[in-house]
Amino acid sequence: MPDVSREVVEHVSMLARLALSSEEINRLQHEMGRILEHADKLQAVNTDDIPGISHVIPMTNVYREDQVGPSLTPEEVVANAPESADEFFKVPRTVEE
Amino acid sequence: MKSVPARVSATQGTAKTTAQAGAGAGLSNGNSHGGNTVKLHELTAYELGERLASGEVSAVEVTEAHFARIDEVEGKVDAFLALTRDEALEQARQVDDLRSGAEKLGPLAGVPIGIKDVLCTRGVPTTCGSKMLEGFRPPYDATTVRRCRDAGMPMVGKTNMDEFAMGSSTENSAYKVTRNPWDLDRVPGGSSGGSAACVAAGEAPIALGSDTGGSIRQPASLCGLTGLKPTYGRVSRYGLIAYASSLDQPGPLTRDVRDCALVMNVLAGRDQRDATSADVPVPDYVAGLTGDVSGLSAGVPKELMGEGIDPQVKATIEAAIAELEGLGMSVEEVEMPNVDYSLPVYYLIATAEAASNLARFDGVRYGHRTEEPVEDVYDLFAKSRGEGFGPEVRLRIMLGTFGLSAGYYEAYYGKAQKVRTLIKRDFDAAFERHDVLLSPTSPTVAFGIGEKADDPLQMKLADICTIPVNLAGIPALNVPCGMVDAMPVGLQIMGRPFGEDTIMRVGDAYQQATDWHTKRAEL
Repeated sequence: MPDVSREVVEHVSMLARLALSSEEINRLQHEMGRILEHADKLQAVNTDDIPGISHVIPMTNVYREDQVGPSLTPEEVVANAPESADEFFKVPRTVEE
Repeated sequence: MKSVPARVSATQGTAKTTAQAGAGAGLSNGNSHGGNTVKLHELTAYELGERLASGEVSAVEVTEAHFARIDEVEGKVDAFLALTRDEALEQARQVDDLRSGAEKLGPLAGVPIGIKDVLCTRGVPTTCGSKMLEGFRPPYDATTVRRCRDAGMPMVGKTNMDEFAMGSSTENSAYKVTRNPWDLDRVPGGSSGGSAACVAAGEAPIALGSDTGGSIRQPASLCGLTGLKPTYGRVSRYGLIAYASSLDQPGPLTRDVRDCALVMNVLAGRDQRDATSADVPVPDYVAGLTGDVSGLSAGVPKELMGEGIDPQVKATIEAAIAELEGLGMSVEEVEMPNVDYSLPVYYLIATAEAASNLARFDGVRYGHRTEEPVEDVYDLFAKSRGEGFGPEVRLRIMLGTFGLSAGYYEAYYGKAQKVRTLIKRDFDAAFERHDVLLSPTSPTVAFGIGEKADDPLQMKLADICTIPVNLAGIPALNVPCGMVDAMPVGLQIMGRPFGEDTIMRVGDAYQQATDWHTKRAEL
């Protein structure tokens, strides 16, 4: 069973950009541990020379010519934003003065 | 079975069948009729389509009858997150106008539909069962929704679901608990539990769902409905809010296979807006329902009939298989040893894809934004996401991120992709010898509300028979095949890629020989 330490959970929550309470970290440590323990069953399967698949139906890249067509207006694009100004999404300052 | 009207092909679909010609006589005055006349909300989509085409009843009357039913039972069932009465009646009026102008309409024009809240609907709130998307109004329709609108189907509302389609009981919805119309103390299944409940309750004759690990078939099974997960790529995913992109497929929940075929005639086919939608010809699925299954070969995977299947469910499935044998199919047990690994493979792949897909919810372009003070933009992302996502979604994002992270990727996500190859090969081998595979859809009948809610691992066992299908990308159909504890049991019929016509032919032949699909929940 992988060691799902508190540090691992905190590190993964940073990677996932997910703020967690201290209680939540405890819960996730427990539940992730249980599920990963179950997933460890897979280590017993011999997969030497077996390619992994990300997609089950054979497909190739799909190309088409660029076409000019109707698209959303700037107002429609920002209509669902929690905060916007004119045609822009508003976020906290990301660059120091 | 006697109550099924004579079969008509799609091209003759507007002609009234003789077997039920009398039943519609009392319908022209809408929903107020007593005696032995059939109520509009009890009819199948096909039967409604016939009556609409003949002018016995108008689309407005059909839509009003379903809203009257909603007014009557929705308080008990809680299938919907939003109702769209005005829009539905407006669309129904348009259908009636077109029809009076002698316009040639499709067989589902004027037939109401419920839409799972995972599908984007232009201007109509789409929450995906999450507080993260509370108040979100998409600026466009999902392709499936667009196709239903173009087919003249009034949308009655958006149906409840497990948050971001993650769950098997609809208890993970951030908004409400939906109840199984067969027993209000039990779950309807999930994640398309609202879609299943609304059809089983007569609030709509058909509904759309989505299926990543069983989310159409399992609620269809638990609510006594027909439900189809199409082949990966058969139906466009454009506008389907993504959970796990290599597994997700939208599809119909209906009262019988013929309705399912009618809806698939609307949904299936290539879409420019989804590059993974397949450029494979679409047959007329209704015309494919010949009723003849003699000579077809069925395999029964040993791994899906063993441990974990309730003995009474197993006996019910065995009886259904014997019924199909009696219709001329040959049946043989098959071994698919790698199918036993489906559940862990699914956790690792689905959560990894979910972690990537749900990265888009950042509190900037749409969705929930924290009101707490933030230090910088990363803090804004993290706090907004921590608040907006519910506990099951947080768990899956964390698992997926873990499985993709440096140091763990090869052992978890990479390993799962390889075992997925082995599972797919087991299916390929089985389909070299068999036309269809048969199993239970759900290992048990519907469980009690709250019974498994606190145990995520136990909950996931509800999907042991359905998950392998998504991993292999193949189509599978649920048909009701019996009752245990007065609750419906469902048979899963799996097919080759793009073999929807074959599995629906088998399911339809079964329904012509039996009457489980005609049983209705009493509310």
